Amino acid sequence: MNKSFLLATALLILILTACNSSNPNNKLPILGSREPITKEVDGKTIVDTLYKSIPEFQFLNQDSLPITGKTFENSIYVADFFFTSCPSICPIMHRNMLKVYNKYKGNDEVMFLSHSIDTKHDTPSVLKKYAEKLSVTGDQWQFASGTKETIYGISPEYMVFAEENDQVAGGYEHQGWFILVDKDKHIRGAYNGTDEKEVDKLMKDMDILLREYEK
Amino acid sequence: MRNKLLYGFFGIISVSISIISCQSTEEIEQAKYYINGKLTYETHCQNCHGAKGEGLGMLIPPLTDTAFIANNLNSIASMIKFGLSGEITIHGKVYNEVMPAETHLSTVEITYLINYIGNSFGNKIGLYTQEQVQKDLTNTVN
Repeated sequence: MNKSFLLATALLILILTACNSSNPNNKLPILGSREPITKEVDGKTIVDTLYKSIPEFQFLNQDSLPITGKTFENSIYVADFFFTSCPSICPIMHRNMLKVYNKYKGNDEVMFLSHSIDTKHDTPSVLKKYAEKLSVTGDQWQFASGTKETIYGISPEYMVFAEENDQVAGGYEHQGWFILVDKDKHIRGAYNGTDEKEVDKLMKDMDILLREYEK
Repeated sequence: MRNKLLYGFFGIISVSISIISCQSTEEIEQAKYYINGKLTYETHCQNCHGAKGEGLGMLIPPLTDTAFIANNLNSIASMIKFGLSGEITIHGKVYNEVMPAETHLSTVEITYLINYIGNSFGNKIGLYTQEQVQKDLTNTVN
């Protein structure tokens, strides 16, 4: 009698703690494709996992300065795709992004990268004006302009669809994802930038991700 | 005794019915416009101007400047239908962007919108009739 009671209690504790340790809040997954690679460490051949990461890039920011992967090497960042004359989802996205920006303003471990998909009209000076009208100053939030090849070349790397399309309002079709990228350029989360609840989730996940880098 | 109670009961009922119906056709009309206006707003305006009419930075002006709305009441229909460009001052700040035209909106839809915007976000213009909207639009074209 006593024994089975003890056993049951032990089992209960085990179940409870097991639930605790598998708490998904502890670490965010790494999204995207992955492949096994073999490499040699100390003379032994081992198999490791190669996670998808954002490849090297180069764009001009709103101050006409070049930005590359190196610009973001010491910070996690949130990336999105938009254009300044966008009549549909962009205002909602950037109303929400502003909320995230204001939360992490001044935190040098957090950056923002908005790519313009209107490579004809959105020059650095247009993007500068746009940033100023959002009260965004400094270099924490980068507004990237590039060529058609570089911008539309990088969007699938973030798993975001974007293309020129005369049939839609504004002339460009794109998705409103906010993509969370860690310091190693791995994608750690994707959130619908037009949905306030998902944007709240993004901010929670950013806190979780930042904890990974606490010493 | 029982009859008196019954009469009293029906008396109260009929008085309250007449009070409710006295909430004039105007108020019912306005409520109808307002509810339809909310749906029309969500479809055509909310992306930019926001669910609370809050706008976006200095890019998109808010709809909360009650003085601006009240002073420009007769121009709002044409602003919605034909768009807007150039400088406008809202809450003392100068905005200079382009608001796209929504020429596909019907007079009824614009009436819905004016009644919704005009009675939300702090604004209180009361009922704005479809006849008035039609007049505002005709005046703009001429």
